[in-house]
Amino acid sequence: MEYYLQLIINGLVVGSIYSLVALGFVIIYKATKVVNFAQGELVMVGAYMCFSLTVQFQIPFLLAFVMTLGFSVILGMAIERMILRPLIGEPIISVIMVTVGLSSVLKALVQMFWGTQLRAYPPVLPQEPVFIAGLPISPVYIAAFVLSVVLFAIFSAFFKYSSVGIAMRATAQDQQAAQSMGIGIKNIFALSWCIAAVVSSIGGVILGNINGINSQLGHLGLKVFPAVILGGLDSLLGAALGGLIIGVLENIGDGLAKDILGLGGFREVAAFVILVLILMIRPYGLFGTEEIERV
Amino acid sequence: MSNGKCGLFFETYRGEAQLLPSAFQKWSLGLFMVVLLGAPYMLDSYMVSVLNLVNIAVIGAVSLNLLTGYCGQISLGHGAFIGVGAYATAKFTALGVPFLLALPLGGAVAAVVGMIFGIPSLRLKGIYLAIATLAAQLILEYVFLHWESATGGSSGVAVDSPEIFGFIFDTDEKMFYLTLAVAVVAVLAVSNMVRTRQGRAFVAIRDYYLSAEIVGVNLFTTKLQAFGVSSFLAGVSGGLWAYYTMYITPEQFNIGLSISYLAMIIIGGMGSVQGAIFGAIFITLLPEFLNITASALGDIFPDVSTYLLAMKEGIFGLVLVLFLIFEPEGLAHRWRLVKAYWKLYPFAH
Repeated sequence: MEYYLQLIINGLVVGSIYSLVALGFVIIYKATKVVNFAQGELVMVGAYMCFSLTVQFQIPFLLAFVMTLGFSVILGMAIERMILRPLIGEPIISVIMVTVGLSSVLKALVQMFWGTQLRAYPPVLPQEPVFIAGLPISPVYIAAFVLSVVLFAIFSAFFKYSSVGIAMRATAQDQQAAQSMGIGIKNIFALSWCIAAVVSSIGGVILGNINGINSQLGHLGLKVFPAVILGGLDSLLGAALGGLIIGVLENIGDGLAKDILGLGGFREVAAFVILVLILMIRPYGLFGTEEIERV
Repeated sequence: MSNGKCGLFFETYRGEAQLLPSAFQKWSLGLFMVVLLGAPYMLDSYMVSVLNLVNIAVIGAVSLNLLTGYCGQISLGHGAFIGVGAYATAKFTALGVPFLLALPLGGAVAAVVGMIFGIPSLRLKGIYLAIATLAAQLILEYVFLHWESATGGSSGVAVDSPEIFGFIFDTDEKMFYLTLAVAVVAVLAVSNMVRTRQGRAFVAIRDYYLSAEIVGVNLFTTKLQAFGVSSFLAGVSGGLWAYYTMYITPEQFNIGLSISYLAMIIIGGMGSVQGAIFGAIFITLLPEFLNITASALGDIFPDVSTYLLAMKEGIFGLVLVLFLIFEPEGLAHRWRLVKAYWKLYPFAH
């Protein structure tokens, strides 16, 4: 029993990072209807940037973290301006493939600058585990969870109350109507990429603190798909919950597969088996907008 | 009439439906085939092996173009379907099934698997289907790696050279004729298929599924047929790949393969058989070109070559991005423009 409790807690921690990455994904999809296959690579770039600033340039962690966020803003804007904007109005496969191409460019750049070996972050938080309900939990895990909850709250409030957030929702709903009300759509697009890059790099830094980083980190981006499909492609709450649920289910599925079926490494596909099931039953997810088509 | 000087003027419906309407096209294609048939005698073994890869890629790209380019069903799992064909063919060969039977059987297994993963396509469109096929890719990759009794797990399986009535295709040159023959059959089959009633139904679904349904196309069976035919050819391509490399492992059929096939049809031109061929040639030759550039530059700047080789995947991505931004219609479209330019020269229209 304790084993499964541990699995659930680990799942929640990993899931909270999925949630962060999914949040970036949903923000881009909500505002621009672009499906970003390079989300995982944005995580990786953020993680390496912060690593490089703290370890190679010896900048204090907090300052380096802030600088990483600044860099992500520029990166997000550059990607939107140079790659996505020329493709406005192109078929969906072109937009998907351009982000796929982007992901291999980002991956190659990271490999060129930092190589492929595993790099460890210097310890930022205390290493001694904290005991919650008798289970040892590393402070990094708690920080990851708290941080993603806080970020989720901030973004929810941002979309609900700030004028920019409302403008973004308006753009998502009807681009032409939003434009005729004086909303600069291009700025909204750029902003959504910035936010996505920022939340992804926060996820990257947290991950770096937990496991260290290597150039395979971008693979994490694929795990975003089950999370956002479960939650609904255009729902922030869905992204947050979807990430947590997928994180937990994946861990429990892995545990069960190992115990009962004796299958190793089921963690890698558990989320995708769940994904197929969701797509068969409820493709628009728990909170997504249901597109109804009638003839 | 058909000298191509100022256009083609058809007088019969048959004439218009021809694959090669002008005599010039027939002659140039014939000449091209003669050059191809003579290629193994003129090129060294390495170049012939590259041509083999091109032939195998052409089959895969043409099959994906049938599904994605003509029928509009995005598949991010094509690499895995190719893998299913490769493993199935390897298994049949190991069981002693002769090549001529094992290759289509491998294709049939791939077709079944492709159709199973195509079932959700009735309810899913666009991005959802892309993600569903992505799931198919990752699940099949897991199966390749963990179903050890059938696939040999991470250590892979060895495959014997193909043999037809005692003739063993054991060199690159011999394999070249085999892969070329299969590629020609595949290209002809797809070219003809898209001219049939069935092919037009595919295009109707791609253009607008509701209109297609209204004019009497059964969406579910037609989409499943597209998945089936496409996966069958993908499986054949995978089977040839297995015979050619003689050793298959799960990582050969990872998501990168799916993406490079999608890149082929995008760079070549969606919804065009010719485009798929162009794309397959382009993407297969790209690494060779990079190798040559790297070794040429390596004499001058020793560091460049190591970087350039490490950047291979990145350059692939960059090429894809640049094509999508600057040449979204693909090479086939550019080829048509070039031909039109020379036809109309010196006038602009």
